[in-house]
Amino acid sequence: MVSIPSRHRSLTLLAGVLMAQVLLLALQIKRDSRGRLIRVWAISAVTPFERGGSWGFVGIRGVWNHYFALQTTSKENQALRIENDTLKLTISQLQSKAAEADRLGKLLNFRASNEKLPMVNARVIGASAGTASRTIEIDRGERDGVRRNQAVITPDGAVGKVIESYRDSAQVLLLTDREGGAGAMLVESRIQGPVGGTGDPTLTMKYVAGDENVNVGEKIVTSGMDKIFPRDVPIGTVMEVKQGSPFKQIRLTPAAKLDRLEEVIVLLTQEPVEFKKDAEVQGAPSPAPAASAPSPAANPASTSSVPAQPAARVNP
Amino acid sequence: MNEAYEFHGGETHIEVHKFFPGAVAGVAIAALVLQAAFPVYLPGLDFLDLPLLATIYFGLSRRNPSTGLLLGMIIGLTQDALSGPTVPLGYYGIAKTVIGYLASSIGARLDTEHPAARFALIMGFFVAHQAILAVVHRLLLAQPERWLNVHLLIAAAVNAVLGTLLFAGLDRLRRSP
Repeated sequence: MVSIPSRHRSLTLLAGVLMAQVLLLALQIKRDSRGRLIRVWAISAVTPFERGGSWGFVGIRGVWNHYFALQTTSKENQALRIENDTLKLTISQLQSKAAEADRLGKLLNFRASNEKLPMVNARVIGASAGTASRTIEIDRGERDGVRRNQAVITPDGAVGKVIESYRDSAQVLLLTDREGGAGAMLVESRIQGPVGGTGDPTLTMKYVAGDENVNVGEKIVTSGMDKIFPRDVPIGTVMEVKQGSPFKQIRLTPAAKLDRLEEVIVLLTQEPVEFKKDAEVQGAPSPAPAASAPSPAANPASTSSVPAQPAARVNP
Repeated sequence: MNEAYEFHGGETHIEVHKFFPGAVAGVAIAALVLQAAFPVYLPGLDFLDLPLLATIYFGLSRRNPSTGLLLGMIIGLTQDALSGPTVPLGYYGIAKTVIGYLASSIGARLDTEHPAARFALIMGFFVAHQAILAVVHRLLLAQPERWLNVHLLIAAAVNAVLGTLLFAGLDRLRRSP
């Protein structure tokens, strides 16, 4: 047997090992085998360590990401806050536009159902500077035919009356002002009495005898007796009734949203006005009269589509 | 495999280091596990070759070409096995066998304890390792493979920096003579 010098042993071993691996490679290529047995052994041996390593990696990365690498988190947080504020502003603007479109749609429908009546649409451009009075300023005046003591309404109901008219603007006294008011009547019992403001967002109906029957939730409309408002314009809904002597104390929620007016209609006549639901304007079947189905007392929205009588057309 | 040797050749005196029991196997397995974890958890660091660094370190430290090449072969074949069926057994095995042999042969002749020497050696071995892989790819597997490029040199430098730091840490696993 040939002896290998000691200094060449490692070289011989290297050649042998390399040759074996080259053969292994050739074998895999030739037989299209992938050395499954060796792989299974290797993977079986290393997998437990890999599993432990993976657990450690995940833990270390979690600790790092959640406790140390937070510099970008602060910046991201700030950027997200700014984005959030911007989106809130955008949503607010869009909601405002949607609400405006809704209001204008109601005005359009209202005008469509009363197209023969002389009326002008007006935009609210100001309000009373103090809390002592409740007035608004509109962008229509004498040039548009607006005069003192003309009724101002919205599709939801009565708003007030014109107290001053200028060339291009006018001031409107709201029903909720202490000096404001309108002739009114209860829809069901037809009991009449003036409705006036108290300086707060609600209205009161006066001079209803104590022995009369008035229910919470009952609708109140204009009576036409004040020579300002036509009859049957919705005023509000009874929200509270207190017995009194000789008169009841009746508080009501305004039908029109008097605290958020943006567009109003000035009636240039006292001819009767039709208050129809949007669905009716579009030709949908008429719903049951509101008077026969009491609505929640404290919900002014419920009066928005009021009419007390179907298509409350009333003669002057 | 944890014995100590001393070479006395003329005026040179090169110490052969021995390690705590299980240190070689533990470091090799840790290097393989970490290498397998890079693509999953740290994909940007997959250019690091920790099994190669382990092969170089123990080759340089043990200074026995036979054990160096055998360790390189085992690490390389395990890396092949862990790399999936698309990598034939022997691909990394051949390259790391040669590197293990070269590292232990050079370690037996030069003082490789200085960080600068280690940096240069790691860079050289990394490039040689890639060259062997390219040869295996082209000649034995008959598949196209790029030769040296700038990315390879950058990867070699980064591996050399990391290896120099790691070697300093691994020196603590040596048993004092």
